[in-house]
Order: sequence, then structure tokens, then C-alpha cells
Amino acid sequence: MRRSAADLLSALTRDDSTRILATLIRLTGDITLAEDALQDAMVKALSTWDSTGIPDTPRAWVIVTARRCAVDRIRREARRTDKEASAMALFDDGDDPPESVVRDDLLRLVFTCCHPSLSLDARVALSLKTLGGLTTAEVAGALLVPEATMAKRLTRTKQKIAQAHIPYRVPPDAELPDRLPAVLATVYLIFNEGYAASSGDLAVRSHLVDEAIRLARLLCELMPDEASVIGLLALVLLQDSRRSARVDKDGALVLLADQDRSLWDHENIVEGVRLVGKALQRSPDRPDSYGLQAAIAACHALAPSYVDTDWPAIVSWYDVLTTVADTPVVRLNRAAAIAERDGPPAGLAEMDGIDGLDDYPYWHASRADLLDRLGRRSEAAKAFDRALTLRLNVSHSEYLRRRR
Amino acid sequence: MPQYLALTYTADVDWSHPDQAAQMVEYREFSAAAAAVIRGGAVLYPTATATTVRASNKGGDVVSTDGPYAETKEALTGFYLLDCADLDEALAWAAQVPAAWGGAVEVRPVIPLGS
Repeated sequence: MRRSAADLLSALTRDDSTRILATLIRLTGDITLAEDALQDAMVKALSTWDSTGIPDTPRAWVIVTARRCAVDRIRREARRTDKEASAMALFDDGDDPPESVVRDDLLRLVFTCCHPSLSLDARVALSLKTLGGLTTAEVAGALLVPEATMAKRLTRTKQKIAQAHIPYRVPPDAELPDRLPAVLATVYLIFNEGYAASSGDLAVRSHLVDEAIRLARLLCELMPDEASVIGLLALVLLQDSRRSARVDKDGALVLLADQDRSLWDHENIVEGVRLVGKALQRSPDRPDSYGLQAAIAACHALAPSYVDTDWPAIVSWYDVLTTVADTPVVRLNRAAAIAERDGPPAGLAEMDGIDGLDDYPYWHASRADLLDRLGRRSEAAKAFDRALTLRLNVSHSEYLRRRR
Repeated sequence: MPQYLALTYTADVDWSHPDQAAQMVEYREFSAAAAAVIRGGAVLYPTATATTVRASNKGGDVVSTDGPYAETKEALTGFYLLDCADLDEALAWAAQVPAAWGGAVEVRPVIPLGS
């Protein structure tokens, strides 16, 4: 019986491919060459496994084959003669490198893809491609960029890595505080692109949420002692635990206050809350902003209902958060929590005191909500209208139109 | 080994003026500390001394204009050519160039020519 290509390649998980790619990049010192060689090996696997059946150790088979393909490519391209040495390294490295080597290869890849000398857009695209194992078309689709544009962005990024000699290396501990934020920001942006989806179809983009969680888990495995990494995983798990409740059956947005909490993902909440504790324990002197945001998400996740939420605790967490990340958006969220704790007038006064959010739709939407609750309907309508003129995703716009 | 050009962008000062003596001491300290990686460099006179030249085509009419190619608040005032193992090492050295504080240092990889 002939098996489909998908069946054959499912013997190899996406994690396997990422790990193989990471090792190939170290050995060849060239991301594009490594990607091409892995692609060659996948094509060979398809044609070979179709007749021989899937080997006992498909990963080892692909590793060995991908290395041969890399060597073939190096030899075919005359201009790579200086890389004959790396061709040899491909054979000297053993068939299936031990777990500790693969871990380091993955970490190297993380820090290369998220190097601060690359733009955030470039980091996001490259991380989704190499660490996430998405195709260029998938990355383009998820980030709402034409495929040709994305292909160019990826090429330029890989060129910069090669031409500027961005090293394929895990930074020493002393440099981690400088380097880790770029990594975490990349993963969190991927999450938010999917979760807050500033435009486009929410369902399509939830793919990005899964990718971000997968990457956050990978970082946690690779750097199990970093408080900010643990905090980031906690944060994305807790926010995502509300996924099924955030949109109703017609695709319309449901706000936190109106969500059916029985739809929340209990497993994610349990894991997220446990991780929040761990993250905060590891950074008692200077809590990390991801851990603090996760603590706030945990307060929501553990509340039996919106009314019975521990708003004083949430306001306190926001107070701490403003000491490490004093941004207008954090202040807005704090003001919204104050409105719940002390009533809409107090919240509105806080919101009106925040500068720099005139172009931020959620500032106008939050003000509109409080004005509406205070019975100041015409002011509320004006604020809703202003929010609607700014960049919002479809579900949010529809929600505001209903409220309007 | 890869080479990098570290371009210093600072206020358009006259490095040859005695007022800049203290700054020049800092640059000399950097040069001494980075002697092992510095392959070359120069300190430039202010942009008022610059002339920008364009030719209509190869061997064609030449038009010279007074002043630097780009008029910016912070001007190109000097450069170092550095031999470094990779970008991280180049950035680490660039951060120690006195222009990094009060100005900025642009790091550019150099294309290796010849073999």
C-alpha cells in the first residue's frame, strides 16, 4: 500500500527538523545552505521511504542524508572551496549528536536569530522560519506580508548574518542581561501578533500563538533557570488559556467580563500559575516584567467571576509593574483595574491623566466604556468613534460598533 | 579575519582645536586599548572643510559642492578600521569608542577584496 507523503514525513516531527537544522547551521556556518540541505534530505526521504519503508531511526537517517546533501552542495559550488573544511566537519561530527550538543546548537540558533543587530521584524520572521520550521509562505501569511516581500526580508536577514559575521554562539553569562530581552521580545511579539491580532482573521493567526508558546517552551527547556524566560512562558500560557472564551460562535469578540469561564483551559492555568510562582521566586529583588504581567493574568485566571476578581491585588501588581516598565499602556491597564476596584470615576480620572495614547484605540475604547457606565452617552459615543478610526482587528471593531 | 569600519558620528567639532584636547586624550586611550584590533583610522577636520564631488559620467563634467555629502546634526568625524572575529567583538570595541557616548558609532562589515 502506498503511503502519502504526509504520512511518511510525519515520522519526523517539527522539533526533529528544528534540531537537525540547528546542528547543520553550526557545522556549515551558513543558514541558507543548511536549510537547502535539509530540504534536499526531506525530498530524498520521501522517495526512499516510499519504497523501503520508514527507517527505525528516521531522525538519524535524515541527519546523515542532510549532511551528505550539504557536502554535495558545498562541492558543487566552486566558490565555496574555502568551505571544504566545513564539509569535512560534517563527516567528523558523528551521526546523531548527543542531547547536550543539540541543546547548545538550538540555543546558538535562538541567539543568532534574535541578535539585537537585526530588526524586530527580521528577528520575528527568521525565528518563525528556522526555529518554528514554518515555510516562507506560512510566515508571510501569518504576518500578513506578501510572500515575495517575506522571501526578500528573510534573504536580507540571512545576508546580514553572513556578511556582518553575526556569530553563531551562546552569549557568555555576563552578556545575557543585554541579549535575552531581544529574544523574549521576539517571542512575545509573535504571540501578540496572533493573540491581539492587530488586523486580519483571528482564526488564521492563532497559529502564531501556538508557535510562540512552542518557542517559549523551547526557551524554558534551554534556559530553565532564567526568571524572565519562565515568566514569559507563564504569561503566554495564562493569556492563551482564555482562547476558546474570547470569541463567540459567530467569531465576535467577548470581553473578559462576559467570558464563559468554564471554557478556559484549566491545564494551561494550572501550569501558568505554577510558573508564575517559580518566576517571582527567582527574581525577588527586581521582578521581571513578564513575570509581573503573568501574575496579573494569574489573578484573572483564578477569579471565579469578573465581579469576584481580586482587583486590589491586580492594582498592586500593576503598581509594581510600573516600577519596572512604566509605559502609557501599563498605566492604562492599571487605570482600568482601578475603575473596577474604586469605581468608574476613579478609573476615568486615571485614564485622562495618561499622555501619549491619543493614537491608541484601546485608550479611547476604555474611556468610552467608563463614560458609558457613567451615563455620559454622547462623550462615550465620541470616544467609541475615535477608537474605530484607529487600527483595530475586525472582531474588535465589530465589538465597538455593537457597543456604539 | 573579518574587518569592520567603525564610523564615528559626533558634533561637528574641530578635533585640532585645543578645546578638544580632553576628548582627544580619551580617543588616544581607546586607540591604545584597542591597538591589537585597529588596522587603521583617521580623525577628520570639521565638515566646513569638506568638498563633495560628482561627475556627470566617467571622465565627464565635474561638479564640486562645498560641504559634506549629508548635512546632519551629527557629522561623520572619524573612523577606525578594526580586525575582529565577528560582529559581537566589533560591537564591543565600538561601544568603547568615545563617540559612542555623546554621539554614535556605526559599525559596517568590510567586503574582503582579492583572495
